[in-house]
Amino acid sequence: MSPVFSEAYLTAFLVALLASAVPLMLAAVGETIGEQSGVLGLGMEGLLLVGGYFGFVVVHASGSFWLGFAAGAFAGVLLSSVLMVLSVWLGVNQIVVGIGITLAGTGVSSMLYDAAFSDSKPRLGDADPWTIPLLSEIPVVGPALFAQPGMLTLAFALPVLVSLWLHRTAPGLRLRAAGRQPASLDAAGGSVTRTRSLAVLFGGAMSGLGGAYLALISAGTFTPGMTHGMGFLAIVVAMLGRGRLTWVVVVSLVYGLFVAAGTALQLTSISLSNDVVVMAPFVAVMIVLALFARRSTLPPALAVPYVRGAR
Amino acid sequence: MSRIGARRALAAALRTVAPILLALLCGGIVIRALGVDPIGFYADVIALGVAGDGWQQSLTAMAPLLLVALGLIIAFRAQLWNLGYSGAYLLAAAVVAGIAPDVLGALPFLPGLLLLLGVGFAVGAVLGVLPAVLKNAYGITEIITSLMVSFIAISLANILVKGPFRDRGVTLPQTRVLDVDLMMPYLPGTRVHIGFAIALGLVVLFHIVLKHSSFGLKIDVLGASPKAAAHAGIGVKRLILVVFLLSTGMIALGGAIDMLGLWGYMRSDWNPGYGDKILPFVFLARQNPLGAIPLVAFYAILATGGTLAAQRVGLSVDFLLVIVALILFFMTIIEFLGTRRDLGRSYLPKGVLGASRIGGGRR
Repeated sequence: MSPVFSEAYLTAFLVALLASAVPLMLAAVGETIGEQSGVLGLGMEGLLLVGGYFGFVVVHASGSFWLGFAAGAFAGVLLSSVLMVLSVWLGVNQIVVGIGITLAGTGVSSMLYDAAFSDSKPRLGDADPWTIPLLSEIPVVGPALFAQPGMLTLAFALPVLVSLWLHRTAPGLRLRAAGRQPASLDAAGGSVTRTRSLAVLFGGAMSGLGGAYLALISAGTFTPGMTHGMGFLAIVVAMLGRGRLTWVVVVSLVYGLFVAAGTALQLTSISLSNDVVVMAPFVAVMIVLALFARRSTLPPALAVPYVRGAR
Repeated sequence: MSRIGARRALAAALRTVAPILLALLCGGIVIRALGVDPIGFYADVIALGVAGDGWQQSLTAMAPLLLVALGLIIAFRAQLWNLGYSGAYLLAAAVVAGIAPDVLGALPFLPGLLLLLGVGFAVGAVLGVLPAVLKNAYGITEIITSLMVSFIAISLANILVKGPFRDRGVTLPQTRVLDVDLMMPYLPGTRVHIGFAIALGLVVLFHIVLKHSSFGLKIDVLGASPKAAAHAGIGVKRLILVVFLLSTGMIALGGAIDMLGLWGYMRSDWNPGYGDKILPFVFLARQNPLGAIPLVAFYAILATGGTLAAQRVGLSVDFLLVIVALILFFMTIIEFLGTRRDLGRSYLPKGVLGASRIGGGRR
């Protein structure tokens, strides 16, 4: 057997795949909830970066990865509250506020990092793994899936729970109503503003968590601008998923496969520049958009502020 | 001027200046929290951005900024959210910087310069084709496609700078440095290159075109309502394509002019992020090209002086991003108060429904 296909190599490949896929997936789950409620969150990139930075700071200071994830999610909630107040409550243009959030998140995280860590550039250790007996003994898949930090398991539980909530419960129905027919939700006694506000904050928490995963687990450190457009990819993934979280998970895993395969090819004799690896997902997205987007539909009330009685 | 007219003008001026002042105030608090004296810092910004040679640097910085702003204005007036500015700027800069030494070595200066500027514009125009075609054919939102194209173009720029255009004599990946003699000449009596004059001229030209020609009117009608535009017999699809080509073309021209006038070479993984930072000022100018000039000048001073002042006190240059984001937020708050109390005109185009839909709006 060639060394390229050794067991250790395949495990490393799977770990690399998940390292890229999970942050994107978490952010795209958050974006899906926002989009289904009728709010377009264009600030994903900024939310990922603040989540990553504050997660990094807390782990660096406390040593606890769980506290770090909580801090990342909280930072996401905090920054997305700007979108909640300006766009959901006041009805201001969501694209402009979203761009503002991206700029603010990028600027704040980079500025604070430069002020505190630019000289030392510290790295974080590894998070304690949750080793699941028996399952972790399976070759290749075992070490890559069942002897990893607990957050990986939770990260895959979240889309399942969110999907059940969105499609099988009354609050989930209310959320989708807010995105499709806000007037009906209003008439039925639900609050469009409240539903959308909670959706925006949940989206912020999820993308903050995604950013924290990227910094704490995937990279092991924070670097300014480390997302390289992942936030915008998350928006596309959510759009392609059209509210179906299975698609969000699958598309995110395909993205991870792309990145891991690109990195793997770099190790072989094929010389592939890093820029090609970085570019590939965006090219893939353009092809997918051109082939399939004509059949996709978004919530009709997406990005439309709700004004009671307005037609 | 009548009293009502004067009051309106005052309200409009206030609505333009207030977000900037509030953002600088909040930015000052952030800077203070990082242990830097904000008043001294802002004094440094003005001193370094205007006094001494500062004004020359600020005017030089205005050249690409004006063209990026103009590109955004053309698109936003038509309600097309062209967010692919970074890629258009960088890919044009990489191509022009890469071929400039050969082109200017082979051709006489003026034809060579015009060819290079044409190439820069064309690179941007090509990048504008895809979002426009996808929007026209399938109704896919240009917000997403222009962003995706932008990321592809940024990577392409890096591939070019590290590959075919790389100067093998230098360790770090960068293009060959253009001879100072072959760069754009300075305006007489200054150290500001003629790119500034070209940019200013294009802004004035497009102000006239957008305000006083039927083409400009078509763009405004399209921006107000694509349905009304189609009903009025305007070829909407063709217009969307033309607007996109002009918009990304202007932004790319900014990249070309910056390379030929100021830098003379392009480094890999370099991104000045002009589009992000000039965006709020485009809205504050209410998509009016002439109105954008003083605001771009303000940002150029803030950027020129701010970069130097930040280095002096050990602050990250990204504080500019924070200030710009704060301007956007305060602008939207004042927009809300303004529409409530009917002050002046709105900064922003009306709805975003049409722009934010993918899948052509079929249900």
